[in-house]
Amino acid sequence: MARAVTKRADAAAPGPERIPVRKTYKLYVGGQFPRSESGRSYVVRSPDGTPLANAVRGSRKDLRDAIRSARGAFAGWDGKTAMNRGQVLYRAAELMEGRRDQFEAEVEAAEGIGTAAAREQVDRAIDRWVWYAGWADKITQLLGTVNPVGASYFDFTFPEPTGVVGIVAPETSSLLGLVSRVAPAVVGGNAVVVLASESRPLPAVTLTEVLATSDVPPGVINIITGLRRELVPILASHMDVNAIDSWGVPLEMRQSVEEAAVENVKRMARPPRGDADRFDWLDDRRAQRPEWIAAFLEMKTVWHPIGM
Amino acid sequence: MVGRGTPSPSSWGLGDGQAVPWEYAPAPESRDIVQLQARYGLFVGGKEVAPRSGQWFTTIDPATEEPLAEVARAGVEDVEHAVGVARRAFRRSWGELPGRERAKYLFRIARILQERSREFAVLETLNGGKPIKESRDVDVPLAAAHFWYYAGWADKLEYAFPGRAPKPLGVAAQVIPWNFPLLMLAWKIAPALAAGNTVILKPASSTPLSALLFADVCRQADLPPGVVNIITGPGEIGLALVKHPDIDKVAFTGSTAVGKTIGRALAGSDKALTLELGGKAANIIFEDAAVDQAIEGVVNGIFFNQGEVCCAGSRLFVQESIAEPFIERLKDRLSTLRVGDPLDKNTDVGAINNAAQLAKIEELVEAGVAEGAEIYQPACELPARGFFVRPTLFTNVAQSSRIAQEEIFGPVLSVLTFRTPEEAIEKANNTPYGLSAGVWTEKGSRILSMVKRLRAGVVWANTFNRFDPTSPFGGYKESGYGREGGLQGMLAYLDLGDGH
Repeated sequence: MARAVTKRADAAAPGPERIPVRKTYKLYVGGQFPRSESGRSYVVRSPDGTPLANAVRGSRKDLRDAIRSARGAFAGWDGKTAMNRGQVLYRAAELMEGRRDQFEAEVEAAEGIGTAAAREQVDRAIDRWVWYAGWADKITQLLGTVNPVGASYFDFTFPEPTGVVGIVAPETSSLLGLVSRVAPAVVGGNAVVVLASESRPLPAVTLTEVLATSDVPPGVINIITGLRRELVPILASHMDVNAIDSWGVPLEMRQSVEEAAVENVKRMARPPRGDADRFDWLDDRRAQRPEWIAAFLEMKTVWHPIGM
Repeated sequence: MVGRGTPSPSSWGLGDGQAVPWEYAPAPESRDIVQLQARYGLFVGGKEVAPRSGQWFTTIDPATEEPLAEVARAGVEDVEHAVGVARRAFRRSWGELPGRERAKYLFRIARILQERSREFAVLETLNGGKPIKESRDVDVPLAAAHFWYYAGWADKLEYAFPGRAPKPLGVAAQVIPWNFPLLMLAWKIAPALAAGNTVILKPASSTPLSALLFADVCRQADLPPGVVNIITGPGEIGLALVKHPDIDKVAFTGSTAVGKTIGRALAGSDKALTLELGGKAANIIFEDAAVDQAIEGVVNGIFFNQGEVCCAGSRLFVQESIAEPFIERLKDRLSTLRVGDPLDKNTDVGAINNAAQLAKIEELVEAGVAEGAEIYQPACELPARGFFVRPTLFTNVAQSSRIAQEEIFGPVLSVLTFRTPEEAIEKANNTPYGLSAGVWTEKGSRILSMVKRLRAGVVWANTFNRFDPTSPFGGYKESGYGREGGLQGMLAYLDLGDGH
């Protein structure tokens, strides 16, 4: 069942009622669209209670598969030229643009907002991809330095991606919030495993269809749907995840997530307390920033003697 | 090339285990310049105060095991007091002081450290066991340089982060280790104060004295009371300090295990945290390396400060084609190292900082032998008293053995070999740590390729163990997060506005 996506088609169908073809919402792992190996799903409803679709209830194994895919994709993505990474992400924005109507209908249904508001969310999500794509070949110059050390050495510092980043996407902002957290991690050269909003996962799944036909290499962005209480602890404690973006972590889970993340000294990006669900993702000044790229970068310093 | 051509000055052509065939006349630095108090209280609110806990402990000279002074053992009530004082200082004076005025205090501190450099060097060596030539030439000048560097940032923060409104975080709790007591103090306090924070620093329990002498520098500089507070005591007091609810920022340098304890203690809080933790650095020697420099770099990499350095080059990877002659040269060089009185200006390797650390080093050396590695130690004489260990080199080391995996934090080098750059990278990165690495080759493109592939926060190419206040330092992976030094080091103490 997938009412939201086919709403327009239903309305426009002339003559005898056409039975719409509904979409199965799947996971996105390593560039593939698997259903959960567990065979489980859960009903996704709009805020007014209308059932929208069944989403995959991802399992521990699904999540581990996604982490393995991300690890496998990391070196290749990090190894691309910065300009190339920017172009690849820009391409994803191009493809989103072509699906604006579909995203708009899904965001409208998922978030229970009006058409105009949904359109604004989608437009801004596309613009945000473009904004971050442009950072790919600039962030190094913003964060890197040549260091005037007090001895005869050439010394410089530049950013490198942290590795595999686990992103618990914002719960309320189904598309714009997700894009706002995924884009900065990916543009810096990381590979990501994303837990989509639990209550509003459908726009994220449609985004995976965009990614699959874009040039983003398989495994660089993996998106899992499911229950946060099941999946977040696994993500937080996995030893091959280098960082956690906890914007979508429920407050009551925050302490246990941060405790688990300590085990391999994961980097944490967290929202200001109590701000995650009310955050205004339309506010460009607050919601898009180079610091959010920097949150998943490591600074590497290199020394070499100067001499003849 | 190794084994051919003119012998370098560093190669004495001695056989295994022979002592240098001449004596060095003793050249002890006088300790008279240091006037030790019998007892040191805590430094809170700009003055020395007796601990509310009523407890004291003895701090010693690790080279002689002689007591140096009694030092306050802070209790939780002292932590409470210090945090309150630091909070008031942040609210009332320091947080509102214009950057240009904060800068002048930091410049003053840098100048006073320079003026009293010999006193600090001798005290650092007395209490920590490190060779006087290192505290004199490295620790103290670098500490002063850190204050100097960050002084200049205090009134330029809006240029450091254009378009942002950088603000101090508030009260910082800083817990530092015993290997570079004064230098780590400078790494922590200088950027914190430049940003407008107030601090409570807890030095390591075995090396409190240079921090307590620094309290006197704060007084001489007329630093407003409560901006810098120093509380002494065991690790559990450090933990109580970082857990205190009125702390905004925690900075820790020390072992990965303790760093994780602190991380867990802070989970779910809103405190900002930076960690500079352990390491197991790979120092990689390619066959085309300049051998004389590489030998010196390897020795400096692992025997600087008795190897009690988080970024020590404790895993040596030598390309197989040159391994045999290189290791022979290295053994020769080890036999010329002078181990002993840290106050002697000729000493290369001083005392191990404390008895527990000595026991840990000895245990791991035994483990290396038990696991089948081949041990080499020069036949130097060790002083009868104090915590000393011979410079130690292991060959025939398995990648999986404890001495190749665990941070020893002592003058113990594990030698492994490799054939191809890919193998070197794979072995070098095969550790949970990622603090530092070294690469030795005369081929520039190879250096840059290795730099890119080594997962470490600092890569020294054709050098090792270099530090500078302008140069960001910190780790990848389980070696921690956040950077100290440079513009990047300011970030750890600032709120750029609008959340994280």
